[in-house]
Amino acid sequence: MSFVSSYRLRLQRRRWLIRAVRKRRELKAVANRTRRIRREDVLLFCTARNERIRLPYFLEYYRQLGVDHFLFVDNDSSDGSADYLAAQPDCSVWHTPHGYKRARFGMDWINWLLLRHGHGHWCLTVDPDEFFVYPFCDTRPIQALTDWLDASSIKSFSAMLLDMYPKGRIDAEPYREGQDPLEIATWFDSGNYLIEKNRRYGNLWIQGGPRQRVFFADQPELAPALNKIPLVKWDRKYAYVSSTHMLLPRGLNLVYDEWGGEKASGLLLHTKFLDTFTAKATEELDRKQHYNASVEYRAYAGLMRDDPELWCKWSEKYINWRQLEILGLMSKGNWA
Amino acid sequence: MSAVGIVMLVHTALDRAEQVARHWAASGCPVVIHADRSVPAARFRAFVRSLSDVGTIRFSSRHRCEWGTWGIVAATQAASAQMLRDFPEVRHVYLASGSCLPLRPVQELIDYLDARPRTDFIESATTSDVPWTVGGLDSERFTMRFPFAWKRNRRLFDAYVRLQRRLGLKRRMPNGITPHMGSQWWCLTRQTLSAILQDPERADYDRFFKRVWIPDESYFQTLARLYSGHIESRSLTLSKFDFQGKPHIFYDDHLQLLRRSDCFVARKIWPRADRLYEAFLTDADHAMKRTEPNPGKIDRIFARAVERRTRGRPGLHMQSRFPNPSWDHGPTGAQYAVFQGFADLFEDFEPWLARKTGCKVHGHIYASGRAAFSGGQPVIAGAIPDSAAIRDYRPAAFLTNLIWASRGEHQCFQFGPNDNQGAAGAMSRDPNARISVISGAWAVPLFTSNRNFGDLRAEAARLQKIESDFLDLLRGPHAKARIRIWTMAEFVDSPMEPLQEVIDDLGAKSAQRLSEAPKMVNLAGFGQFLQNLKNQGMHPYLMGDFPTGPTAARPRPGHHRKPYLVKK
Repeated sequence: MSFVSSYRLRLQRRRWLIRAVRKRRELKAVANRTRRIRREDVLLFCTARNERIRLPYFLEYYRQLGVDHFLFVDNDSSDGSADYLAAQPDCSVWHTPHGYKRARFGMDWINWLLLRHGHGHWCLTVDPDEFFVYPFCDTRPIQALTDWLDASSIKSFSAMLLDMYPKGRIDAEPYREGQDPLEIATWFDSGNYLIEKNRRYGNLWIQGGPRQRVFFADQPELAPALNKIPLVKWDRKYAYVSSTHMLLPRGLNLVYDEWGGEKASGLLLHTKFLDTFTAKATEELDRKQHYNASVEYRAYAGLMRDDPELWCKWSEKYINWRQLEILGLMSKGNWA
Repeated sequence: MSAVGIVMLVHTALDRAEQVARHWAASGCPVVIHADRSVPAARFRAFVRSLSDVGTIRFSSRHRCEWGTWGIVAATQAASAQMLRDFPEVRHVYLASGSCLPLRPVQELIDYLDARPRTDFIESATTSDVPWTVGGLDSERFTMRFPFAWKRNRRLFDAYVRLQRRLGLKRRMPNGITPHMGSQWWCLTRQTLSAILQDPERADYDRFFKRVWIPDESYFQTLARLYSGHIESRSLTLSKFDFQGKPHIFYDDHLQLLRRSDCFVARKIWPRADRLYEAFLTDADHAMKRTEPNPGKIDRIFARAVERRTRGRPGLHMQSRFPNPSWDHGPTGAQYAVFQGFADLFEDFEPWLARKTGCKVHGHIYASGRAAFSGGQPVIAGAIPDSAAIRDYRPAAFLTNLIWASRGEHQCFQFGPNDNQGAAGAMSRDPNARISVISGAWAVPLFTSNRNFGDLRAEAARLQKIESDFLDLLRGPHAKARIRIWTMAEFVDSPMEPLQEVIDDLGAKSAQRLSEAPKMVNLAGFGQFLQNLKNQGMHPYLMGDFPTGPTAARPRPGHHRKPYLVKK
């Protein structure tokens, strides 16, 4: 990489950070308990909008993994999300009425909170419908993973987005508050992911899964990116560039081995496709606050009207992380 | 009090260290603890206070222990010297760390060492014999100087190594001793240990080893060779290292493995592995005795982990394994067969091949329109869709995914100049590919089609160009696939021989000779068809020399030509 382009990336990183600092004014603290954060704590960062029904299970899941403190940005929810979160003893909540899109899909807010509170901590940045799975997550808390990453001098941990869906119409079984969404969205695509290396940032660009198979079969290049790097030992110099798909400095994006070996990696089980989705898609389409002129939501809305079934004969039913690792979707690397 | 003393090097997780020290002391082993100087003074004082009720636990003078530096040796020396001085009845000194955990009852260790009063247990091998190298350094650990910390000043460290290599700087071993290396965790007898510590030339050795890299793996290992009467070159501490030379960590879910490991002490234990500490410290008898020892299992698990990290699963492309294109093991994980021209020449080639070989036989998976998967399925294993747009978006990745998702089942598919050629290069470079081509067979469907001759001529020219490019790839210098090419004329002349070859290659179900051949398209008039193309100025050359005369290849009407094989 030439000196010039590495300098350009440095400027770009600065720009994102300055932007994040400026955007802090859009955030108003509803409940700030960040003084309770201890030095070794693992933090979770999340932007939510009208996800009240999902929150109880979300918190339960990540508390059980060992997350010590949650930092939420509530993007003007009207369903009482903010009050619910503010009442939780391990949550800090900020409210913003401003545009999700103008804040680079929430990333400016998250970059600010990471800058302010994440320095020196292992930080997990996820959406309310994403459930982090890593090797041995059923027997080892997340601190086992972060301690191991520390000992191995690894600063960032990859977890591809794995779209989960139910069998049959996605609105057939309603989701109840507090329920494990994986009880409904149990199925996934095991082996149709297409990878390309992004030369500029050094990350992998992964597309595929049921969304490409069903919604973007004619325009595969528009299918959403699935590569994510949600777990990072944060430093105030770091910045997420585009969602959690990639970071700067670019060394953090090298979460893959290029000489045949496998690095350790996890998955984000993406439980977007529940009965709540149809309503959400319509709403998001009206708001026009999503990536690429909401092309994704337009494609969904069109198809969902006709035949909202993502399941196919070769879908796999989710069992546990070991199954995902055998299928080659994630890897234990040299963690044993 | 027992004749086994424990020297413990401690730097973090002091609560666990306290627990383990108490466990040793309770079984009658005196303990000398060395705490890293980087432990804050207040925490250290609290630690000392918490253990002050046990008379046989002492604390040695503190050194800074940074990984790979002399501090660890200095700490070991100080603590061992104190152990020998303070506890004269100690005969064996066992070096352990704060994250070590005794797996078997301590009394068993004491009895074991009592039965071997003169044996030193220290892993000690010459540098040429062992492959443990971090950063590509083995014998150079001893012949160079390492004043910079590898963990903090990596650049300086590397630069200084390069400089010494370039200048050819070398150090000489003091007194011509032979350097040995091995696990840091040993168990030495008083005789050997005191001889090392009280050596009149110790100052020379110390000065030398202060500039050796990772001296804690070589200082005692080398010097023990000078004095020991009986070295057993192995460590009593179970400790597994990964490919970077850092120890594997044990967690709660390793409990069963550790129970069956048959080792006295294991390291390194994750400080928050409550179940392990509970099982082995509070209920040691119960923890070990129930199951049959099976120490090999741990070895296998950790060896597999290293293998996975360094070599990975062949043919798997995923978020954390994406070999770059120049990495020369090919893009796929299993052998597969590609047939070009066969389906054009034989009417029922696909079902015939499936019958003969038991392989999964697809049609033209790179066909325009849609991927023709076996049985006309719209989606196959791995939920790979038949969408041509998705396939053409990343043609090589499509192949990689197909072979990975259907691993365990041999895949065959048809290919041809009418198909998307995006993966042609990847296939030709793939050692797993077996590509069989009947060149020029693409003309057969043109011949049998009912189209205007002008269109046919243009189409033939296009297909010939594409196939010729593909053949160039196959014959090119980068091709690694197993490749067979016949011209159509050759093939039609004696089809059984090549078919047999192809079938044998695929490991046919029965080893016997082919009795049944697929049905060849009626080629009557094909020679004339080619001649007509030539007459129009388009020279079809890929099919070889076909008899041109209208009568030459014409069989009796009503009879399809059936290929046969002459048995020798």
